[in-house]
Amino acid sequence: MEIVLVGLNYRTAPVEVREKVSFSGDQAQRAAEELKARGILEETLVLSTCNRSEVYGVHPSANRKSAAALRSFWSSFHEVQPEKLTPSLYHHYDHDAVRHLFRVSAGLESMLLGEAEILGQVRDAYLKAHEQHVTGPVLNRLFQAALEIGKRVRAETELGTRPMGVASAGMKLAERIFGKLNERSALVLGAGTISEQVVSQLHDRKIKRLYLMNRSREKAEEFAKQYGGEVLNWGEWDTSLKFPDVIVSAVGVQDYLVTKPMVEKAMASRQNRALFLMDLGMPRNVDPSVGDIYNVYLYSMEDLTEIVKQNREARESEVPKAEALVEDHVAKFISWQASVELTGVLDTLRGNMKQRRAHFLAERLAGMNHFNAEDRERIGAMMDDLIEELLLHPAERLRAEKQVSRKIQNVEAIRDLFLHDREKS
Amino acid sequence: MIPIFVLLTVLAYLLSSGLYLNFLYTGKEVTGRLATVLMFIGLACHYGALLARAKAAHSVPYHDLQGSMSLFGWLLAVIYLCLEIYHRQRTVGAFVVPIILAFFFAANLVPDHPPTPSQPHGVVFALHVTLSILAYAGFALSCVLSLMFLAEERFLRIRRLGDVVWRLPPLELLERMSHTSVLVGLITIAVGTALGFVAVDRQAGQHWYFDPKYIVTILVVLLYVIYFRVARTATWRGARASILCVFNFILVVLSFTVVNIYFSSHHRYF
Repeated sequence: MEIVLVGLNYRTAPVEVREKVSFSGDQAQRAAEELKARGILEETLVLSTCNRSEVYGVHPSANRKSAAALRSFWSSFHEVQPEKLTPSLYHHYDHDAVRHLFRVSAGLESMLLGEAEILGQVRDAYLKAHEQHVTGPVLNRLFQAALEIGKRVRAETELGTRPMGVASAGMKLAERIFGKLNERSALVLGAGTISEQVVSQLHDRKIKRLYLMNRSREKAEEFAKQYGGEVLNWGEWDTSLKFPDVIVSAVGVQDYLVTKPMVEKAMASRQNRALFLMDLGMPRNVDPSVGDIYNVYLYSMEDLTEIVKQNREARESEVPKAEALVEDHVAKFISWQASVELTGVLDTLRGNMKQRRAHFLAERLAGMNHFNAEDRERIGAMMDDLIEELLLHPAERLRAEKQVSRKIQNVEAIRDLFLHDREKS
Repeated sequence: MIPIFVLLTVLAYLLSSGLYLNFLYTGKEVTGRLATVLMFIGLACHYGALLARAKAAHSVPYHDLQGSMSLFGWLLAVIYLCLEIYHRQRTVGAFVVPIILAFFFAANLVPDHPPTPSQPHGVVFALHVTLSILAYAGFALSCVLSLMFLAEERFLRIRRLGDVVWRLPPLELLERMSHTSVLVGLITIAVGTALGFVAVDRQAGQHWYFDPKYIVTILVVLLYVIYFRVARTATWRGARASILCVFNFILVVLSFTVVNIYFSSHHRYF
């Protein structure tokens, strides 16, 4: 038995290639069924996200040929010439395939180190494949372990805790002041890409009241339609700055949009309740002196970028810790796999010996007519007992072996010495 | 030989303190829960230590300085745990438990004089003392929370966000928690002081006599009432109110130490 993985990701393939050979939900299902039906893999699972497409599988024999078969299947499935696809594909077997999946699940292989979305994507891919009955005992165990390591890394290291994007860093900072934002109100100025990221973050945090303001009202209304919220008229500063606890500005203007007197006036009418301002405009939209006002917390794009940089460094420093956890889980999985293989090999060996015994007895007893059917059966049973007895002690010793690498060597040795010819045939 | 309850209390508080610190740095939920469980165990053992002390001295635990300090630590632990459960906020533990531990240590490290027999003062007096010490514990907790507020606010302003700042409670929650503990302090000191007058009346048959401690206590109450009133006004909301809270507690410490030792004739250790 071998675990095989063939895939490509943002490191090995440009986005045009990734788009062409990725698997939609239906395609993943169809590909998995075809791989099983054609006998290329015994168990299979397709993981496809915007940054990676990977096919995991289990092949009954460890002949290291399944990756080539998978590559050729992938080309034909997407009708892409193998020469164009093959350079972008990587493949791993057994330990390396297990390690790769665990690293993916832990976010160590992600473009945004430690991102949480990948764990959900691995979970979805596994649940779909499980429902489709294309996975088996090995992939079930492998993906359950992958989900476990994903959760463990995020719980036990700093890899997943700190925000990595400017918008999410800003939201986290606002939460340092107000706690959960679901009872708060926010005003977003502008309707560009950055504003949309912020609005999406506020929407995810179930902000109680969202106000949108943009020079072109139509664009703000589009946002309001998509995320909810109330559109305010551009320039109504006196009323619009009074209520929100969070103000985010990302507008392309030359002069300051929000000035110190404006905020001072707003603070007076809001009884000096804390105000969080995020200035994501380039050049700045908010006069920096606004940050000197009592109970006003002003963060510019530069400040947030610096925080994100610090967070990235902090996450990177957690990588060795996460890798140690991954290795721990790889060792556990390999140990489990070796035990399963050992049981399988011993069963096959026992089966083979009994089959040989049947042939042997049939040949040797052919001319001995003084043995009746009952005698022959008794001799057969005695020889089966002998086989069991001969296997008992070595099997116990093999199972008791603690060192995983030695256990695997022993399994391979039994396979080579007793089962190789049969597997070849 | 160290009494068993003292040993167990120190052990439980030490472990709890370490786990709260670990929780502050790692955010592991299991560690936080374990810290709380150990805190409860510490609280129970601490109670046992207080009872053992009272039994050995044939007196109430606040009869001497050590006992008063130990009771203060215990009541601080009680208020802290109530606050932790009410606000579901564990990170404060890393700052409060070491203080509790320090008071417990001090109470058990200060050389013990042989217990002097004391006259029984009755339930009203006992309540007066316990409630007054509870009030001090409430004020101490609000001081810790205010200091945390000031530190976090400062870090947010200078944009220095290390590992810990991301895990501290939000500023507004720290303010709310501080208000709650000041409210506990105000109610208990008001009731405690009133009971003090009743106790004096019963014991001495005297309705009023002068003790500088009264003036200081009234000043403390007045300042905390001011804090409570102004903490939500436009001018004081936020860092200014927290500074006032810290200042008030400095006065409490002075009342607890300088006033008791040098000026008060009837208040020694509370």
